[in-house]
Amino acid sequence: MKFEGKVWKFGDHIDTDVIIPARFLNVSDKDELKKSCFIDTRPDFAKGVVSGDIIVAGINFGCGSSREHAPLAIKAAGVGVVIAKGFARIFYRNAFNIGLPILESEEAFASFSEGDRISVDLVTGEIRGLESGKSFFAKPIPTFMQQIIAAGGLVNYIKERG
Amino acid sequence: MTNPMTITEKILAHHADKDSVGPGDLIEVSVDMVLANDITAPLAIRVFDELGTGRGFDREKIALVPDHFVPNKDIPSAQQAKIMKEFARLHDIKYYFEPGDAGIEHVILPEKGLVVPGDLVIGADSHTCTYGALGAFSTGMGSTDVGVSMATGKTWLKVPATIKVVYQGRLCPWVGGKDLILYTIGILGVEGAVYKALEFSGDVAGSLPMFQRLTMANMAVEAGAKNGIFECDEITRAYMEGRSERTPVYFNSDKDATYERVIDVDVSSIEPQVAFPHSPDNVRPVSQAGDIRVDQVFIGSCTNGRIEDLREAAGVLKRRSTARDTRLIVLPGSPLVYRQAIKEGIIETLLEAGAVIGPPCCGPCLGGHMGILADGERAISTSNRNFIGRMGHANSEVYLSNPAIAAASAVLGRIGAPEEIGCVVSEQKGCSDTILNF
Repeated sequence: MKFEGKVWKFGDHIDTDVIIPARFLNVSDKDELKKSCFIDTRPDFAKGVVSGDIIVAGINFGCGSSREHAPLAIKAAGVGVVIAKGFARIFYRNAFNIGLPILESEEAFASFSEGDRISVDLVTGEIRGLESGKSFFAKPIPTFMQQIIAAGGLVNYIKERG
Repeated sequence: MTNPMTITEKILAHHADKDSVGPGDLIEVSVDMVLANDITAPLAIRVFDELGTGRGFDREKIALVPDHFVPNKDIPSAQQAKIMKEFARLHDIKYYFEPGDAGIEHVILPEKGLVVPGDLVIGADSHTCTYGALGAFSTGMGSTDVGVSMATGKTWLKVPATIKVVYQGRLCPWVGGKDLILYTIGILGVEGAVYKALEFSGDVAGSLPMFQRLTMANMAVEAGAKNGIFECDEITRAYMEGRSERTPVYFNSDKDATYERVIDVDVSSIEPQVAFPHSPDNVRPVSQAGDIRVDQVFIGSCTNGRIEDLREAAGVLKRRSTARDTRLIVLPGSPLVYRQAIKEGIIETLLEAGAVIGPPCCGPCLGGHMGILADGERAISTSNRNFIGRMGHANSEVYLSNPAIAAASAVLGRIGAPEEIGCVVSEQKGCSDTILNF
């Protein structure tokens, strides 16, 4: 599975209140949620993001609340994959469970800037800058998480196991 | 003979039906209680409905608590609460609570004895880690994980390595669990314990009353931890006395258990702490807060909404008034806390001081309702998070503190300590049980 898109760059400790403020959690429909994605700090995000675009962020992405609405909003907004130096644990798990691909890479954060065009190969983990030609590999996804992805999310994984 | 284990490892091994587990092990575990609230339950129910009630479904192991946007703040919130209620009635969920009986989930579950020591609890709320105070393993997850556990009674976990924080020394006046955990988060950073267990240890932790332990375990997630936990002792046993129909299992760490890191904290020099915007690890001693005017003071939440917290606030506010331009909002954490506060005259004291008392719910903590901040407004709050826009407008600011500091700040109209309004603690034991006023 490959994604190619524009980089939306974020810093460290992007919390779930910033991803989607609680006042928008009175609904759980993903098309509603996406409208409020990063609304307070990057009001241009939800309208500007194009299907396949890529978030590149620093450490502890998704810290704070357990709201699954956060990865749902990011996915519904059209983001193909989130690359961060590291993720908060609840967000990490939620992303796999709902089928939002995420990768860990220190180099991606160091090498890419806002607006760069990059490609990501989820199978090999290769992240490549389309203009710079820079290429490196993300930290491999744990085997168990790969099984969840292969099944198409946690619900299908549980169903398959019966 | 099994390997020496920490309390966290022992509880996980017990629920995985294994003799021992170690950090990094991927295990499938049975779950004693699965929790969701009015925001997270609708998504979990969607997952549950897809899976159906499997063999693992147990109507007595699910708790559904409307607390985030209740009493319903608008039509969409009402729709969500309705989904949860209808689900609870359809499946005859034993622990569903209507407002009136419901309070903040992490206040009422321990209070009603629905979680007991030795339990493994998961909840679609990040502050599910609160129950570590009881010597239980509890952690927050998303709605999908929780929906799956509601249907199957199980979940999977990676066994976390444990960071032990050892608190020694003598607590200073007005310093309690909230200050210790803020100080600890300040040391660790908000990512310092990601994927780890935090074990609160040492003589001081061992002497803390249960409400202070609940406050500390509650905020373990603010350092990124999977769970925060206290070993079981006489205080745990005393708290559980006559509280639950279920039988607790009291676990403790082995003396030779392996810790990834041990942090020694001498509490003697710790002042009351204030977390500055916009991160819980941005802490300073209250004496170094400077001149921070506050428009709002919030006392409540799953962190500090218990009767002892209100008692502490009322002790500071007795015969005093809130500053002219500062509003004080107090939300008792549960109906039981509310009733007790009325009985003790706490509510009367708070009302006389100028507080507005709201129903037991999360309220302004997450910027839901009942105390939203305007552009440029500042609040000091006894809650757990001060991220950008957490309590309202993106340009508002939230400072975190214990209830005594929050109460004193309400009187001063700026962040400050009880001493500044002539309030002293007569006797310091954990935190103020007895407060003298002059």
